[in-house]
Amino acid sequence: MKIIVCIKQVPDVTEVKWDENGSLIRTGLPSIINPNDKNAIEAALTLKEEKGAEITVVSMGPPQVEEALREAMAMGCDHAVLLTDRKFGGADCWATAYTLGMAIKKLGHFDLIFSGVEAMDGNTAQVGPEIADFLGLPLLSYAEAIEVGEGTVKIHQKLGDLTRVIEGPMPALITCEKELNVPRIPRMDLVFECFEKEIKVLGMADVDGELENFGLKGSPTRLRKVFSPKRAKAQVEFLEGTPKESSQKLVEKLHEINAI
Amino acid sequence: MTAIKDLSAYKGVWVFIEQFEGKLTNSTLSLEILGEGRKLADKLGTDLTAVILGENLEKTAGDLIKYGANTVLVADAPVLANYRTELYTDIICQAAKERKPEILLVGASATGRDLAPRISFRLHTGCTADCTELDIDDEKKILVSTRPAFGGNVMATILCPDHRPQMSTVRPGVMMLPTWDEARTGEVIKLEVTAKEEDAKVKILEVKKHEASAQNIQEAVRVVSAGLGACTGNCFDQLKELAKELDAEIGGTRPVFETGLISHDVQIGQTGKTVRPELYMAVGISGTVQHTTGMANSRTVVAINKDPNAEIFKFAHYGIVGDAKAVVPALIAQLKASRN
Ligand SMILES: Cc1cc2nc3c(=O)[nH]c(=O)nc-3n(C[C@H](O)[C@H](O)[C@H](O)COP(=O)(O)OP(=O)(O)OC[C@H]3O[C@@H](n4cnc5c(N)ncnc54)[C@H](O)[C@@H]3O)c2cc1C
Ligand SMILES: Cc1cc2nc3c(=O)[nH]c(=O)nc-3n(C[C@H](O)[C@H](O)[C@H](O)COP(=O)(O)OP(=O)(O)OC[C@H]3O[C@@H](n4cnc5c(N)ncnc54)[C@H](O)[C@@H]3O)c2cc1C
Repeated sequence: MKIIVCIKQVPDVTEVKWDENGSLIRTGLPSIINPNDKNAIEAALTLKEEKGAEITVVSMGPPQVEEALREAMAMGCDHAVLLTDRKFGGADCWATAYTLGMAIKKLGHFDLIFSGVEAMDGNTAQVGPEIADFLGLPLLSYAEAIEVGEGTVKIHQKLGDLTRVIEGPMPALITCEKELNVPRIPRMDLVFECFEKEIKVLGMADVDGELENFGLKGSPTRLRKVFSPKRAKAQVEFLEGTPKESSQKLVEKLHEINAI
Repeated sequence: MTAIKDLSAYKGVWVFIEQFEGKLTNSTLSLEILGEGRKLADKLGTDLTAVILGENLEKTAGDLIKYGANTVLVADAPVLANYRTELYTDIICQAAKERKPEILLVGASATGRDLAPRISFRLHTGCTADCTELDIDDEKKILVSTRPAFGGNVMATILCPDHRPQMSTVRPGVMMLPTWDEARTGEVIKLEVTAKEEDAKVKILEVKKHEASAQNIQEAVRVVSAGLGACTGNCFDQLKELAKELDAEIGGTRPVFETGLISHDVQIGQTGKTVRPELYMAVGISGTVQHTTGMANSRTVVAINKDPNAEIFKFAHYGIVGDAKAVVPALIAQLKASRN
């Protein structure tokens, strides 16, 4: 069985700090493999141990994404593909899915594609479903458990307030939830070994495709502005008085703003 | 996207309505986006169309008109009873190609976040995810969508200037519900459904609905959240009563989950759920980043803490410094009083 795992390197937003004006300080955040994508890697490794599988991790991003790919190989993935090209820059979900989809087509036969449900930085949860559409694959999203049968795959899907068991034919694309498993720590011996392993680097010319579909140019969405959310700092309004007085004020405020 | 598209051919605002067993599910969310869609359509001087797929939808379709839709597109067939990504995508994309809406809104529920990206890829258009604010650019007459990203640490305003329909998914609990007007009239149009059960690649083997309470924290409009400071004596029981008064779900911090007072399903933060309700009431919570990443984008945050320097106040709009054991009962009493 051949499994492709899409991983994204993200800044660790839980380490986020704010300056005194309440603005996000974005520089110096450590880069990590997106947490959901580690669940995706773990799911692939579990299948490899149970049924035998060859796992290829694929990531699009700047050259330093190599670190993330090496970490995935140290966890036990067999091959790594880095999609990097200045022309890939500024991609929205559509262009990201297009690039990953074109690259996956190049990699030849596969049985399953795993992605995370959602990346911790962009937070859109759109790339997985979009790749599935591009490649015409059944989409099995929000997987909390995965079972591979004969030519079919079954997942437990967490769909809001429903849990469903759904099954589709392979090849299929599965988006992985954090409840799926606990990702393993990279093995020391593999950490050393993985530095010798080759990472396949592909640019725009290697994945074919139409020039106008890549990167910023290929992105239907346009970022107009980015700003810090109203972060209270100086904004918090303390409601003073005895518990009775302060709660009375609070109830009035909440009525005013229609929160209750 | 080689040739420049003729964008003027695209007209009208569409809203995808979710159903479960023929009735509106996430009903508030679907209705919220219908209400928002109405506002956008009025701003553009165009029509609002509700799109609903499922089985036995006659009554629900009629209701959507009373809630403000000019037109309801209905795909009604047994094969559509349960949501399935591919079948729903096929039908909506087909209808959109024929009828050319300029805007398509989808709820940012689990279903909507599964469906919308797939539609947007196929229609080769942009989709702004999890929006908390929508507007029309007065000059260009295009959709302006604002959404949180980076775990709620930044807000982004996003456009889709050259592709149609302009798509956005919308978070629950942020848009106003539309009003019901018995006098409204409109047209219900049946979409032809040719798909058969055999065509569906994905089979649904089992569907289980969770108990309404615990699992729904992410869709909750109001959340009362317990920290360790709200767990002594009978304080936690009082919080439950407060939640009942507010019609809120109970959530909490990781240490509270560790005491066993709440389940992991409702733990909020980095290793738990991310919520963005209308109202988040943090009681006895210190406000570390591991917790606040899960709630920082709530619409209104109230913090109750005995320590005036607690970090949580930096995330709060209203703060009460005091002992939860005294404040919570007083608050319950005030809420009861305000209702009479
Ligand atoms: C503030 C901000 C807001 C944005 N909002 C939008 C928006 O509303 N709509 C939009 O179209 N774009 C948006 N973008 C752009 C978007 O973040 C990027 O397109 C990004 O490449 C993919 O989106 P994501 O991070 O949300 O990934 P998600 O869709 O959340 O990722 C899901 C999964 O897809 C896989 N994946 C994602 N990216 C990669 C990659 N580069 N390589 C390998 N696998 C990957 C991973 O398995 C990941 O777990 C925004 C960007 C910023 C900075
Ligand atoms: C990797 C990692 C992941 C984590 N993930 C999460 C997560 O997902 N979610 C999460 O919540 N935490 C998480 N944590 C834990 C987090 O760092 C904090 O320890 C936790 O959020 C603190 O919980 P608390 O506010 O309930 O307790 P405390 O920090 O102990 O705060 C209690 C607060 O209550 C106040 N107080 C005490 N008594 C009263 C009273 N009588 N009346 C009013 N106020 C009172 C105190 O002033 C204090 O501010 C994580 C930690 C790590 C390291």
